[in-house]
Amino acid sequence: MLKDFFSKKKHASKPNEEAKQDIPEGLMLKCSGCGKIYYREEMRKQLYVCPNCGHHHQLPSDERINSLFDEGSFTEYDTDLNTGNPLEFPSYLQKLEKDQLKTGLKEAVVTGEGTIGGYRTAFAVMDSRFRMASMGSVVGEKIARAIERARQADIPFIIFTASGGARMQEGALSLMQMAKTSAAVQRFRDAGGLMISVMTNPTYGGVSASFASLGDYNFAEPGALIGFAGRRVVEETIREKLPEDFQTAEFLLEHGQLDAVINRHDMKKYLTTILDIHQAGGNVS
Amino acid sequence: MKQVLEFEKPVIALREKIAELKTFTKESDLDLTEEIVKLETRLEKLENDIYTNLKPWDRVQMARHAERPTTLDYVEHLFTDFLEFHGDRYYGDDAAIVAGIAKYKGRPVTIVGHQRGKTTKENIRRNFGMPHPEGFRKAARHMQQAAKFGRPIICFIDTKGAFPGRAAEERGQSEAIARNLMEMSGFEVPIICIVIGEGGSGGALALGVGDRLLMLENSTFSVISPEGAASILWKDGGKAKEAAEKLKITAPDLKELGVIDSIIPEIRGGAHRDLQAQAELVDQVITEQLLELEKLDKQVLLEQRWEKYSKIGSYAE
Repeated sequence: MLKDFFSKKKHASKPNEEAKQDIPEGLMLKCSGCGKIYYREEMRKQLYVCPNCGHHHQLPSDERINSLFDEGSFTEYDTDLNTGNPLEFPSYLQKLEKDQLKTGLKEAVVTGEGTIGGYRTAFAVMDSRFRMASMGSVVGEKIARAIERARQADIPFIIFTASGGARMQEGALSLMQMAKTSAAVQRFRDAGGLMISVMTNPTYGGVSASFASLGDYNFAEPGALIGFAGRRVVEETIREKLPEDFQTAEFLLEHGQLDAVINRHDMKKYLTTILDIHQAGGNVS
Repeated sequence: MKQVLEFEKPVIALREKIAELKTFTKESDLDLTEEIVKLETRLEKLENDIYTNLKPWDRVQMARHAERPTTLDYVEHLFTDFLEFHGDRYYGDDAAIVAGIAKYKGRPVTIVGHQRGKTTKENIRRNFGMPHPEGFRKAARHMQQAAKFGRPIICFIDTKGAFPGRAAEERGQSEAIARNLMEMSGFEVPIICIVIGEGGSGGALALGVGDRLLMLENSTFSVISPEGAASILWKDGGKAKEAAEKLKITAPDLKELGVIDSIIPEIRGGAHRDLQAQAELVDQVITEQLLELEKLDKQVLLEQRWEKYSKIGSYAE
């Protein structure tokens, strides 16, 4: 086990600093919802949903893919896009490298396609272990390309979002990824494509204010925090304390901003039903 | 009271000195004309030095200048028959965004812009130009109408950002911005967006997707305010000046990064010095760009717009 700890694996699910509180390193895991302690492996089998209280912890992107796609059907798009340092921000590239080593990921989003319940689908999943899944040029480009591929292949596009917001080190280029991805959604929409957005914890800022909100269906996982401005900023602006459930998926559902809140264990079946009703992409099984 | 910017102080001081000498010459027997001419030459040189070498932080101050022309100032000087319309049809009317129809040199256009106030009272009414979702939805409604009736859209961008308040979150700030970005990329009419003051984050971009994104020379356009960036990067909001430089938020920097299409020059000393003269400079550019865009077939227009946005970014394969 010690050897596993040191060897670098592709898609290794080693959490970053923030995730450590969420999914502690090691054999045992403490649920951040109820505090109950579990074997890590047991929690992994439960897709990091606490069997006791139902709290949804972060799910690494590779395990997300495994939980949704028919076995062996997923192939990744654009594995060779490298982030530049357009503003020559000190230590930006080193920070990326550090997260690459930590997560085994190249950037904060994995895109590709495969079949879900037999239906061919283009897909993107953001991974908040990597730079809080902030949106830089590569994230925007990969998502826009995945949507374009869905349009060209006439298949649905499903995205699981998570993001702290903009990638500040890329300045306005980060901001413009909102326009690029939203423009890609518009083209896909014009072509009659089906887009499903599932927001996971946390989905904020430029991601929330672009493609994450633009699905034909917008869903979220239970308890996920979703918003444009962060809670602290809002509290500082209005100088009042916000309700406990502010910006949770349930809060958004109540305010008419989501189609439904879906439990992770039901996700594959739920998405398959939608794909089936739409009959988009056809059954390839 | 005129607002004096830090970097302008030497110019103001010299100008006051010249005025003083002029009064003195007029009121006494002493002829100081020679001295005055000398000082005026020095002023000319000083102004030239200062205003042609503005640092990013100087431009931030210029962009935030209390007397800097706003959307409605430009509307008054550039268009005729302007009619302002209100409301998003769902919730309310957001005074932080103005929208309406007008004529531009005879042709009908739709105008949408952020609107801040110049006085505290007006700023409170307009929420300092920081829109709620209903503002973005009002903008969307008018742009949809422009597309329906085939009118070009002119957007003026001038906001610190979308308002980060509780009500804004409850009513779907993210969705309102996202929808504008998406729909603007698909309207089959020419869209010209001009940053006239501050262009802050998603709230600015929500009026900024079009065929041309232009910036006034001393305006700014950024993903986060310099103060916000400084507090996140260095846990010190006081390092805003440094952040302004690092973030590349000025028109020349953004032209270089390929984010904007061109820069509209400002009169020396900044747009607030002479609205009439500044409006003429803006006018020239709108005319020029509109004539170019009007020639394009709808499909070509949309294809070029997509090309423009799909290219923006920094990565290697």
